[in-house]
Amino acid sequence: MAQKDTTPPPGAALRPPRVFKLVLLGSGSVGKSSLALRYVKNDFKSILPTVGCAFFTKVVHMEAASLKFEIWDTAGQEKYHSVCHLYLRGANAALLVYDITSKDSFVRAQSWLKDLESEFLPGEVVVMLLGNKTDLNKEREVTFEEGKEFAESKKLLFMETSARLNHQVTEAFSAVARELLQREETVGPTQKENARVALNEGPPRQVRCCAH
Amino acid sequence: MDAGGNTAAPAPADAEDLEATRLFGEEAGDSGGVQKDPPDPGDRDLEETGSKAKDQLPSLLSSLPQSETPSGTCEPWSPTAPRNSPTGGPENGPGGQGGDPSDEDWRSQRKHVFVLSEAGKPIYSRYGSVEALSATMGVMTALVSFVQSAGDAIRAIYAEDHKLVFLQQGPLLLVAVSRTPQSAAQLRGELLAVHAQIVSTLTRASVARIFAHKQNYDLRRLLAGSERTLDRLLDSVERDPGVLLLGAVRCVPLARPLREALGALLQRCTGPGLALSVLAVGGRLITAAQERTVLTECRLDPADLQLLLDWVGAPAFAAGEAWAPVCLPRFNPDGFFYAYVARLDAMPVCLLLLGTDREAFHAMAACRRLVEDGMRALGAIRALAEVAGLYNVPSANAPAYSVQAVGAPGLRHFLYKPLDIPDHHRQLPQFTSPELEAPYSREEERHRLSDLYHCLHARLHSTSRPLRLIYHVAEKETLLAWVTSKFELYTCLSPLVTKAGAILVVTKLLRWVKKEEDRLFIRYPPKYSTPPATSVDQAPHNGFFTGL
Repeated sequence: MAQKDTTPPPGAALRPPRVFKLVLLGSGSVGKSSLALRYVKNDFKSILPTVGCAFFTKVVHMEAASLKFEIWDTAGQEKYHSVCHLYLRGANAALLVYDITSKDSFVRAQSWLKDLESEFLPGEVVVMLLGNKTDLNKEREVTFEEGKEFAESKKLLFMETSARLNHQVTEAFSAVARELLQREETVGPTQKENARVALNEGPPRQVRCCAH
Repeated sequence: MDAGGNTAAPAPADAEDLEATRLFGEEAGDSGGVQKDPPDPGDRDLEETGSKAKDQLPSLLSSLPQSETPSGTCEPWSPTAPRNSPTGGPENGPGGQGGDPSDEDWRSQRKHVFVLSEAGKPIYSRYGSVEALSATMGVMTALVSFVQSAGDAIRAIYAEDHKLVFLQQGPLLLVAVSRTPQSAAQLRGELLAVHAQIVSTLTRASVARIFAHKQNYDLRRLLAGSERTLDRLLDSVERDPGVLLLGAVRCVPLARPLREALGALLQRCTGPGLALSVLAVGGRLITAAQERTVLTECRLDPADLQLLLDWVGAPAFAAGEAWAPVCLPRFNPDGFFYAYVARLDAMPVCLLLLGTDREAFHAMAACRRLVEDGMRALGAIRALAEVAGLYNVPSANAPAYSVQAVGAPGLRHFLYKPLDIPDHHRQLPQFTSPELEAPYSREEERHRLSDLYHCLHARLHSTSRPLRLIYHVAEKETLLAWVTSKFELYTCLSPLVTKAGAILVVTKLLRWVKKEEDRLFIRYPPKYSTPPATSVDQAPHNGFFTGL
């Protein structure tokens, strides 16, 4: 079944592609929206801080199967964290984005990981650590090794990207897709689906006061 | 060039249309509540102190018979010196980012707006960096608390050519320092709009809670990213004064059948908990449909609607579908709505769906697809694209019309707000105005015109001596402002127009507006009823959608 990336494999048309929910997390202005925009629309422009969450979809054709990404691009700003937490629920994958020119954003990415760990069982979500803005290599504050080391210690996927130069962006998402499909195979799709539906059908978490 | 003199009272009785409308509006006070204090409890105690501090006479109109004196303001520093600075003075561009109060660029800005916490912690400054201003802001806090210690509240300081207006809103202090001829009441309106903007992202309750918990909290942390929105808001006041001045929203001119079809479409595409659906382009309203009970219980304030229009017009919404909490400060300053915002079919046309359920994203997205399908079926997308593209305003994407459309030579610009709309239309105060064209293409000229409109507005709505009609010959243009029970109108005419000519132009304009009103305004805002969103109702929905 060696197919090209672009053509759907035979049989894919018979059933809709599996849908995976992916969230982009990280502190403000590390490039989450830019990554999403680059990946989904192959576009780059300087954008204002995201308001709340932005939602994109993209269908990906891999060698073995097709899948549809539902991408939740969250706002990095603190005031929106409550609403973004809401969209962590049911996520299959998370991209923890930091800015390689900001040590602080790297530290924040680590604290986002803690949040994820508290919300999910180990191995429930595919997590990738993503150092963005490699085009600003001269101002780098977080070395490649630092990122990689941390990712390995936590068993995360790791890559460095540049949304501006379109460097490794598609590769990063594809790596996540591949990992998702692989895990699906080992766990078995039906079982996994059931598990997730049960998760969502559980008592809805008490909606906190709307004013937070 | 005050050749014509500024006669305030004589009515242009020779024009029949004008004659007819003159019969109404015995009191200029019934102007749709433009100057009314907003129903913000936080503001009330301030408003009670002292008699209504009223605005000094703008220098522009200084040749008018002056009887208005700035009566009993509660601040001891108000020796209202008559202003004599030229209004259209040379402008410094939007630069001046130094922020150091000793910086000449910074000092020469026309208008500064500051937001600080009660503890004196800087939150926002329109120009310059907030850090450099802590000392300046310290002085402001000192002034406020000095007056407070005497059991009073400071409202405004009139210095030689500056007005300083103070507004306390809960734990936030807002200050405007202006040398524009805007009245203190108008400046206060601007500060209220700034406050509303802050509340819309955080809610008043959470601001209060934050400061009750930690008095010296740095609110900039939470407002990160909102500064640009505040900048845009304050810029728009000077570039496009109608919105705040008239307390109304601007509609896209659109043929009535199409607008009504779009309204009916929004009425059809609803979901549980949906409170408001808005179609907008370039920050202007195409149509809006509202939930019926929301309307009757607590009407949608135009300021809230404008806030939403500005918000969805922001470039941050350029891509994807967005989902964010937003608070409507006039509706309920303490609670959040949840807003779904998306561009339709990659057009500048934007759909906003406002609901009460924070988990309704997928239901709203389904709504959007229905709206999109419906618009395609109507062929509305192309019609709207034509409207949006016809005038080809490259920067704003804002469809509008030229003043030439009126066919009244000598008319340069106008603001028209109808007041004679049937009662249920009061739900949606609207105004119309053409694009600003030459000679108002440069910022300097726009500021001058904005200043003139503000002056006339302040005179019409002066609390001590309101006027109904002002004919004002300024240096570079002639203006006529008129408020009746049917409309509020500001016109800007060529400087060489005679009084009789001006009356003719205004007559023509009023006829034109009458003829075009179905196109210019939303005559019948659509309404719908949706079941309230309950968590029981929504949980299976979400389970289904996220479980896909």
